[in-house]
Amino acid sequence: MSENTIKTPENLVYEKTSVMTDRVLHYCPGCGHGTAHRMLAEAIDELGIQGDTIGVAPVGCSVLAYYYFDVDMQEAAHGRAPAVATGIKRVLPEKYVFTYQGDGDLAAIGTAETIHACNRGENILVVFINNGIYGMTGGQMAPTTLEGMKSSTSPRGRDVKTMGNPLKITELVAQLPGTYFVTRQSVHTPANVRKTKKALKKALEYQKLNKGTCFVEVVANCPSGWKMTPVQSNKWMEENMFPYYPLGDIKVPEK
Amino acid sequence: MKGNEALAEAAIRAGADAYFGYPITPQSEVIEYLMRENPADRTGMQVLQAESEIAAINMVYGAAGCGKRVMTSSSSPGISLKMEGVSYIAGAELPCLLVNVVRGGPGLGTIQPSQSDYFQAVKGGGHGDYKMIVLAPATVQESVDYVKLGFELAFKYRNPVMILSDGIIGQMMEKVELFEQQPRSKEEPEWATVGKKEGKDSVIVTSLQLQSEEQEKVNLRLQAKYREVEKNEVMYETYNCEDAEYLFAAFGSCARITRKAMEMARKKGIKVGLIRPQTLYPFPADAISELSERMKGILTVEMNAGQMVEDVRLAVNGKTPVEHFGRFGGVIPSPEEILEALEQKIIGG
Repeated sequence: MSENTIKTPENLVYEKTSVMTDRVLHYCPGCGHGTAHRMLAEAIDELGIQGDTIGVAPVGCSVLAYYYFDVDMQEAAHGRAPAVATGIKRVLPEKYVFTYQGDGDLAAIGTAETIHACNRGENILVVFINNGIYGMTGGQMAPTTLEGMKSSTSPRGRDVKTMGNPLKITELVAQLPGTYFVTRQSVHTPANVRKTKKALKKALEYQKLNKGTCFVEVVANCPSGWKMTPVQSNKWMEENMFPYYPLGDIKVPEK
Repeated sequence: MKGNEALAEAAIRAGADAYFGYPITPQSEVIEYLMRENPADRTGMQVLQAESEIAAINMVYGAAGCGKRVMTSSSSPGISLKMEGVSYIAGAELPCLLVNVVRGGPGLGTIQPSQSDYFQAVKGGGHGDYKMIVLAPATVQESVDYVKLGFELAFKYRNPVMILSDGIIGQMMEKVELFEQQPRSKEEPEWATVGKKEGKDSVIVTSLQLQSEEQEKVNLRLQAKYREVEKNEVMYETYNCEDAEYLFAAFGSCARITRKAMEMARKKGIKVGLIRPQTLYPFPADAISELSERMKGILTVEMNAGQMVEDVRLAVNGKTPVEHFGRFGGVIPSPEEILEALEQKIIGG
């Protein structure tokens, strides 16, 4: 069967969303970023807000997110995405604004920006990809690296006595009156992918209400950084990450 | 009006869309005035007190990336914090206006006026090869006028512009003529992220190029822009230079004190003139070079340990002796000691 035959309309059951560009993703095989990107893009697509959405990319593995999302985007300095998004939203309050950040960006160098944007209740969506490691720079310890977990800067495993504890920043921002919807999801099984997309879509819809910050954490694997195959990394994530970072809604709007 | 308050009022009148700042002495009156005045009611201008100078400058980045007229202000230690964002703003070629009401350093330093951030301002300040356009007001009136000019230059060149003021100008009261209220711009520049237009490519605001050849191209474009700035935007004033044998070079509030020293010298029969750069970058190097040819010596007077003197020496290129006189750490020089320095370092030297 040729490619053209497969692509006839009657054979098509699924299409790539037009909110993602045709660029080849630079992410490692098995990495959760690609799926998370796509779910966010599909949510934007289904809400019909591509022309009204402005994204902010972080520093880290997803530094080039603006290559893949076909929406207007700004590239922020390391950790500063929530401040950049604040600047955008304050001058263009009618637009949908999101940040897409990793754990090093959001929960270490950008902790102040994260907490204060959430505390002000900026009407933005923060998408937080938590894989417990600095992927881009080659597998160093992150604020969310689990106790005992090995990385290039915790080669004998994270010793919480000297290196601090893994930071549950999502639970932390959920405490702030400025946040409206806080949830933790994953993209490692089809069921979880669907839940993540639902959460992202809901979060974008909430932005219209002007009720505060929506914060969607996606616990993700990092096969390269964890030095595992994609399958192993997903299993390891279920067994080790989820007990410390349990999936599910942490703060939902009051009915 | 008080310098800082006049500056804040000028921002509203210049049609600024937003101000993001963080309190620090001696410039807190800027954000206090704006919060009191509530320009959202007057023009729709947004004002926000950020959690830090770092956050404030990154808010500036975000709003500037949307094509808006955005301003921030701070004083020396806070400006150091902002320099990360300024480098990104210069790299992404976004327009914005920064005000540095300079206080003495290094470190926490003092809250008294100083000019010790000259190097930081004119040499870029953050990482990478970039320049800010730097305007140096000597009066409250000039700080007001430079707000309007600063926004114009920032948008003309898509580049950060800094008003390098100091604690004297920020804190003193002077008569000032405010310009009329300018409307906020409704334009949506093509480089601004305002939402992807159908049939058009999405807009990306970034300072990142992973290929070194591409990053070199960015740098070449920036350098070409700076050459244009140097060609078009130099501003300075000269006083009594026609018959002068000696020359003072001073900027900002220090130029006013130096002018007094010049008048005292003239009374004593010393033929001395003054050049006051109003733009510190671009620097009036050609004017100083030309003047130096008929001067027996030049004394720069600065409230620092000798910063602008380096640019003056580069401009003079050995044609005549150049010396520096400065008080620093927040100490303001008196006209008497400036005159004495001229007599000792230049005339007697």
